[in-house]
Amino acid sequence: MKTESNLEKVLASGRFAVTAECGPPKGSDTAILMEKAKSLLGHIDAVNVTDNQTAIVRMSSIAACSILKNMGHEPILQMVTRDRNRIALQSDIFGAYALGISNVLCLTGDHQSFGNQKQAVGVFDLDSIQLLKTVKDMRDEEKIIGGESIQGAPKMFIGAAANPFADPVDWRVIRLAKKVNAGADFIQTQCIFNMDQFKKFMNQAVDMGLTEKTYILAGITPFKSVGMAKYMSDKVAGMDIPDELIRRMAGVPKEKQADEGIKIAVEFIQQFREIKGIAGIHVMAIEWEHKVPEILELAGLTSERQN
Amino acid sequence: MIVATLKEIDEIRKMIDRYDSVLVVGCDSCVAECAAGGARETMLLASALKLSYLKDHMNPTITEAVIDRQCVDDFIDQIADQVPEHDAILSLGCGAGVQALARVYSDKAIIPALNTLFIGETQSRGVWQENCLGCGSCKLGYFGAVCPVARCSKKLMNGPCGGSKGGRCEVNPEIPCGWDLIIRRLNALGELDRLTEYVPPVDWSTSHSGGPRKVVREDQQP
Ligand code: SF4
Ligand code: SF4
Repeated sequence: MKTESNLEKVLASGRFAVTAECGPPKGSDTAILMEKAKSLLGHIDAVNVTDNQTAIVRMSSIAACSILKNMGHEPILQMVTRDRNRIALQSDIFGAYALGISNVLCLTGDHQSFGNQKQAVGVFDLDSIQLLKTVKDMRDEEKIIGGESIQGAPKMFIGAAANPFADPVDWRVIRLAKKVNAGADFIQTQCIFNMDQFKKFMNQAVDMGLTEKTYILAGITPFKSVGMAKYMSDKVAGMDIPDELIRRMAGVPKEKQADEGIKIAVEFIQQFREIKGIAGIHVMAIEWEHKVPEILELAGLTSERQN
Repeated sequence: MIVATLKEIDEIRKMIDRYDSVLVVGCDSCVAECAAGGARETMLLASALKLSYLKDHMNPTITEAVIDRQCVDDFIDQIADQVPEHDAILSLGCGAGVQALARVYSDKAIIPALNTLFIGETQSRGVWQENCLGCGSCKLGYFGAVCPVARCSKKLMNGPCGGSKGGRCEVNPEIPCGWDLIIRRLNALGELDRLTEYVPPVDWSTSHSGGPRKVVREDQQP
């Protein structure tokens, strides 16, 4: 075991892992955060705390991770390179680990033009792969960028994201390999809607031996309505939603659409369990966290975990 | 070249209304190529200003001049005779031209008429594309002569982000994804292997992050 991460333990044991996303509030209200997190407690193995997702200012991800940790959650700290340079990033890794946070997901982040601070400078001093390698070197070599040694290495379990659907499509698995070679212990994918393309991506990953070196968690987002499906397809960067799924959502009456969205999610989860190389799922139920236990129960994933 | 665009007349007026006489000075180099500050644009701006003042029943003296390069003293000296007769210079040079004028004519107010945007190329008639950020350590040789610093919205060094779609950047469909261009170029050259290696963090100290830069060459000095 490289770290004290509980997520690492679960994945190493071979149990199908479940992580879910929890977005901090736009403000300092801890009650909102705790309410969301409470509905997930006991149902998942670890919780991702987003870092100013889609470039919208929110409570710091480290602070929120610490609060969730105190509630009994196993937090995964999401870190984007958009807002902080290498000085701040490395310092925050030290701090996060000192607070007992032992998982990190290294991301570049959505461009600031998507958010509510469009006039901001985009830092992008490092990219996500460089951040990943930096945290790995801090952990394994006990060195920061430039080679100076440190007092107390952050023993973090290190993750990265993968989007099997962005272009150029042939390049996606090469990028995954780059992340794995740079030290990604686990991968959480973008929301999967195009199952055929995802299976191709996973076949390539298995063939290249990547699933032997890293744990891949398949991303899933339940649709609340056909409107949401259409919005995600048109407006959210990096999404690939087949028309057939949108038609299926549109085909049921409005009041039944949420149930249909959950049904689709459950079917997808069941398919993920059959795909070679998938070590678990990552549920991104945006502002719908309280539905996660129901989805997991329907997918037959409840009894196995006690967090 | 340096690419710039003309400011709105209202903004220019706000900066120069306080002067009784203004020397409008164009630059016949980069900003002429991008049709923002050459001889033609200088004439048009001077006429537009005169008209705009006329409407407001104001009558400042507005004189035109054009020099070959506003960023080189030898050329800047060509307007030395006209400068004392005016309260201010309105420069259609890039940011470097404006500041060079201010250094040479140190007791004169120098006002910019342009917004200086980037180092770029004329991609086709009427289209200028940013393609260099002057990072001070050119990496084009590794990236198929497409710059990941200037042409990727996130300055990524290790490949395209998850937002690249159909050759377009996630920021805006008007922006070609720089990484899509890099991969296509290297693929066509049979050199995709250049991209599989991990690229370590960039040394930004050679860029503007290291503070304003200066090149001093003794062999070029008198
Ligand atoms: S690598 Fe640097 S110097 Fe070369 S084109 Fe890009 S920004 Fe300009
Ligand atoms: S879409 Fe392409 S150009 Fe835009 S940020 Fe991503 S990699 Fe860079």
